[in-house]
Amino acid sequence: MSLLIKNGLLIDPVARNTKQSDIYVVQDKISSIGKPPANFNAEQTIDAKGHWVLPGLVDIQARLRDPGQPQKANIASETAAAIKNGITSLCLPPDTQPVIDNSATVELIHHRNATFGHSARVYPIAALTRELGGEQLSNVASLKANGCVAISNATRPLASNLVQRRAMDYAAGEDMLVIIQPIDHDLQGHGCAHEGAIATRLGLPAIPEAAETAALAKDIELVAQTGARTHFGQLSCARSVDMVRRAKAKGLPITADCAIHQLFLTDQDIGNFDSSKLTLPPLRSQYDKAALREGVADGTIDCLCSDHQPHETDAKLRPFPSAEPGISGLDTLLPLALRLVEEELLPLADIIARVSVNPAQIIGLPAGKLEAAELADIAIVDPDAYYVCHGNEFVSQGKNTAFEGWDLKGRVQTTIISGEVVYNDNS
Amino acid sequence: MPADNIQLDDNGKLLHFLSIEGLNQSILTEILDTAESFTSVSERNVKKVPILRGKTVANLFFESSTRTRSTFELAEQRLSADILSLNVSTSATTKGESLLDTLQNLEAMQIDMFVIRHRDSGSAYFFAQHVGPGVSVLNAGDGQHEHPSQAMLDMYTIRHYKKDFSQLRVAIVGDILHSRVARSQIHALNLLNTAEVRVIAPRTLLPVNTESLGVQVFEDLDQGLKDADVVIMLRLQKERMRGALLPSEKEYFRLYGLSQDRLNLAKPDAIVMHPGPANRGVEIESSVMDGNQSVILQQVSFGISVRMAVMSMIVGQSGLQTGDES
Repeated sequence: MSLLIKNGLLIDPVARNTKQSDIYVVQDKISSIGKPPANFNAEQTIDAKGHWVLPGLVDIQARLRDPGQPQKANIASETAAAIKNGITSLCLPPDTQPVIDNSATVELIHHRNATFGHSARVYPIAALTRELGGEQLSNVASLKANGCVAISNATRPLASNLVQRRAMDYAAGEDMLVIIQPIDHDLQGHGCAHEGAIATRLGLPAIPEAAETAALAKDIELVAQTGARTHFGQLSCARSVDMVRRAKAKGLPITADCAIHQLFLTDQDIGNFDSSKLTLPPLRSQYDKAALREGVADGTIDCLCSDHQPHETDAKLRPFPSAEPGISGLDTLLPLALRLVEEELLPLADIIARVSVNPAQIIGLPAGKLEAAELADIAIVDPDAYYVCHGNEFVSQGKNTAFEGWDLKGRVQTTIISGEVVYNDNS
Repeated sequence: MPADNIQLDDNGKLLHFLSIEGLNQSILTEILDTAESFTSVSERNVKKVPILRGKTVANLFFESSTRTRSTFELAEQRLSADILSLNVSTSATTKGESLLDTLQNLEAMQIDMFVIRHRDSGSAYFFAQHVGPGVSVLNAGDGQHEHPSQAMLDMYTIRHYKKDFSQLRVAIVGDILHSRVARSQIHALNLLNTAEVRVIAPRTLLPVNTESLGVQVFEDLDQGLKDADVVIMLRLQKERMRGALLPSEKEYFRLYGLSQDRLNLAKPDAIVMHPGPANRGVEIESSVMDGNQSVILQQVSFGISVRMAVMSMIVGQSGLQTGDES
């Protein structure tokens, strides 16, 4: 199999530049860029004139609800959404049902993806503790051997700091990345909105910043103690960005992401109890949003994720505090990232790095680069395609967008995985 | 604020009664004036007018309530409505039926108006967004958000005794953080141009940015009561001691309980109010509660007229009709 992508504008997130060039794909890999390899004979040619050619996107946190919650989504529906939106690699948090704490569940996910999936690469993240119960370590080495790329307790609490310390020690010994979403569950309580003037006005149980920052301070101390390679996910507070920045300056082995919706929405968007804006961590203040953007710009926040959480309609069709948190994000990851370029947060190649090569390097995935000998996972994007965001047009089974009615720009024309066209926009 | 203000129709008339926030001064004044015209009904031998005759009102209380529910029911009866009262906490939803299903099943019984109390902030908006056209929702308390009919009966009481809001200092004392009553009162007092609205509470019972609601914040009761014309005491829920919000009832009373000595810091003719149910000896001394500055029982009777007023405005026949129900 050989494929030529010609006349496109290549967005190179490693060299951090863009250039007009052709890509030559042989079998599952990029064979060369610019000049054809010897004896190249294109069996398939894609004319990408006027389009951008990006490495397939890497989403470091996307819930596919599979196994266990078919009413919300499944691996077929969500990988279809992924490839339609140029996302070729997805990391799956362990809070599936059953949780990813044993090899059989990992096998099941691989099997279901191979059978029903749409070619997107799905990388399970292993549960840090059995059943995510917070007490007993899961079999980290076996799970790693089975293809789990990191360990995490998702959003569930650990029984004690001692368990956390030992888990991080053990993970460091196995050279396994630890992913932590910093949450102090006591401080979070049953809160559902950022502690600020909006929650005060609406009488919503509030979540203080300390619910994140107190946990993060402790987590950073445990990284210093154990040396465990640690990635902090879904940061939401200005003070968190500051703490991560300082910890990185000290040379601690940490990285961080935030959900891309945190860069666009604040607690004010809750309006009159709009449950589509219910997220955990909650949408924070303008000030936090600005600090997160700064963190993205200066590299404190290494990558952006969709924090994809598809829901059935009923999950949101409840009064705000009783609705389920989360946003269906696969369908908006790329257009929102491109909007950051438009808003001049960073140049195009730098933004693309934050949704491709950066998360790939953090996790250790063979993805995110447009270079010879790399896997040919590629997205071709029409940067001028305007459309209005409507949740009911999402490919994801979860129609619960927080961006209903937004004007978005940038649509994927073609997605290629392992050198094969897996999606083509026929509209 | 609310851009999507679903409480009012295009002509600015009440469709639903969900929150004081989002209403305006003229609606509030109209409620108070209309309530005044209903007060005489309650004093007659035959306490009925036919304004809601042929209409069905469903009282849905997902949280228990004694006085709000009974005054709503009396108001409905005096307006000649047919009434369906459901204690929903012990019915369908505990069997797994969704809130929306419960609502829609009742709507299928041709209910014209729902009076709803629910533990979730925002639930009143939620229900109003999902009822069919021509069906109204009255908020009888949604979580910690608002309790607008309580606030309006409090405004009625204040106006009854004090007339001009623009000359008044009103102090609200107690658990502001968890109080839907306080939020509604604050909005109402501000819409009615009250000279100064104060809240007095320990820091643990104040939401962040309380000032943003348009109030002066005091953590010291004596300072806050100084020269007040109206003192509104809020109920202190006993469970607040468990969450480490307060050390003890005793200390709370010492710092924030209303005794006669403290009340003497307010203006000599200050009135004392309480939305009930009160904890004697916790937030208010018995002698103050029963004293001659207390208007707590009057609040309850005004509650009926105010609720009659709101319901009559919603069915669009504002004001007292001639003739009794025969």
